[in-house]
Amino acid sequence: MKLTLPAFIGRIAFSALAALIGAAFALPLLWFLFAPFNARAELGLAIPDPWTLANFVTVFGNNFAVQALWNSLIQSVGGVILVGAAATLAAYALSRSSLPGKGAVTYVLLLFSSVVSGSAAMVPIFLIVSAAGLIDTHLAVILTFAGGLLPTAMFILRDFIDSIPKSYEESAMVAGASPVQAFFDVALPVIRPGIVVVVVWGFVNIWGSFLIPFILLRSDDQMPASVAIYSFYSEAGTPIVTLLAAYSLIYSLPVIALYLFVSWKFGFRFFGGIKA
Amino acid sequence: MTTEPIPDQPRRKVKNFSLLSNRAGAAFLTPAGLLVSVFVIVPFFWVIFVSFTNRTLLGKTALSPEFVGLANYFALFDPSNFFQRGQFGFSLILTTQFVLASALLGQALLGLLLAWLIQTVPAWVKRITETFVIAAWILPEVVIGFAWFAFLDRDQGTLNALLTGVGLPKGDFLLKQPFWVIVVFNTWRGAAFSMMLFSSAFSSIPPSYFQAADVAGASSWQKFKDIGLPLIRGHIVTDLILITMWTFNTFTPFLLTNGGPSYRTELVSIYNYRVAFHDFQFGKGAAVGVIMMLINLAFALIYLSIGRKKKKG
Repeated sequence: MKLTLPAFIGRIAFSALAALIGAAFALPLLWFLFAPFNARAELGLAIPDPWTLANFVTVFGNNFAVQALWNSLIQSVGGVILVGAAATLAAYALSRSSLPGKGAVTYVLLLFSSVVSGSAAMVPIFLIVSAAGLIDTHLAVILTFAGGLLPTAMFILRDFIDSIPKSYEESAMVAGASPVQAFFDVALPVIRPGIVVVVVWGFVNIWGSFLIPFILLRSDDQMPASVAIYSFYSEAGTPIVTLLAAYSLIYSLPVIALYLFVSWKFGFRFFGGIKA
Repeated sequence: MTTEPIPDQPRRKVKNFSLLSNRAGAAFLTPAGLLVSVFVIVPFFWVIFVSFTNRTLLGKTALSPEFVGLANYFALFDPSNFFQRGQFGFSLILTTQFVLASALLGQALLGLLLAWLIQTVPAWVKRITETFVIAAWILPEVVIGFAWFAFLDRDQGTLNALLTGVGLPKGDFLLKQPFWVIVVFNTWRGAAFSMMLFSSAFSSIPPSYFQAADVAGASSWQKFKDIGLPLIRGHIVTDLILITMWTFNTFTPFLLTNGGPSYRTELVSIYNYRVAFHDFQFGKGAAVGVIMMLINLAFALIYLSIGRKKKKG
């Protein structure tokens, strides 16, 4: 189709505008692409000359920084295992059993989970964790996140399981499988993609979280990387920004990798959009 | 739960056949039920209870808090200082302005504009723009906070380098315009969600509608106003409710400004944190939590009732 001149100019204007907005979004991040590789970067934007990996070496030589990454991993993986397992069982029950009132359960859960946010419930969550004697433990963070993420995880999975024909399990049961066998041997392999989505989503949420570990943890050796980075740049004294930039980049890598994985495998849509 | 034997289920109507017995179903629900009860449902009721006490983090009232009735609420809504900086009213107003400016105007409008733009621009422009907008949204909040901290630095920050580059004076934005900083910051951080929601809504409109408009010689603006916008009205409502709830509850600006300088960016979430964990007044903090939850409840009910209508209609 031939474009008229005004339409052609319009096209260019649209592209220019989109590119301009994209550039505005890129600006605060550009520094991050360069500073970690710069030997003497400051807060300003500068192309590294020469490029160096020394900052990463220093980060991995810093025990506190490495310990914090390790803590992030323990808390995220622990939380995700709990969320994945509990949500799968529960979503399967909500989809396949004829328990009375399961529709109401679903509705009430959805309501509560959007009302009880981390920032509104920080006092009671702290009190519950404190009453259980779990302040300053990994378990506190793991359990709190598992509880908070579960309602949404159950919805995602229930939707997913509802879309799978029951005939799979039915035929297994006709062949003599018990319901539990039908669940583990037939249903579970089929709903695995749904579980993967929930697990990745949960991991990104816990890995990136700040407020809950900030409130529930005290000592340096329990802190995840998010709290460590914050204390590095917010506490008195001049932060060594090159190290901090390198550390932030390492800390971001799992999130970026999972994002790429999901968009490659499932097509990126709203993954990560549902914040806990 | 009654434990009647279930009589020959398979022979009854197929609809009533269930793969999982009630007992197995209940067992499957137990782990999730326990976790959600303890960490979602109990906090809801506990926060109401604590808000009627003078509980503190330390001292005598930490162990044996006393019932103080509505005293915490009266303290929050004390008309003599309600709107003063650092008081509850101030942070409520601030949060309302923050939600209006950064979510409803900033994120939703920018998201809408971006969603419309990327429908028509060349694929590579679309991909690059999308990448940065989404990166702003998926990267962990602490990293984003730090990146903006560096970006806005008065002496070395990229923003001031750009401003001086084009002959404009430097600004000490974090100190002088902290509210506008967090508004722009939150718009930047969250526009991706609206962009993606609207973009998928636009692409679900049959292309023939736009082709017909093209034949009739409609401009891009006319197509947007007369075809695009009316057809995604439902999505706009969904988007507005969700981003309002998220922005209302967000704690992320704390990472950039700490609520300061002098309480000028103290959103209710940050106010709640300060009262409870900085001043150790758990009872008062709980009262703030209750009010936040009531506001959340109102939005959640609107959202759910719209969702239900959509399912039925």
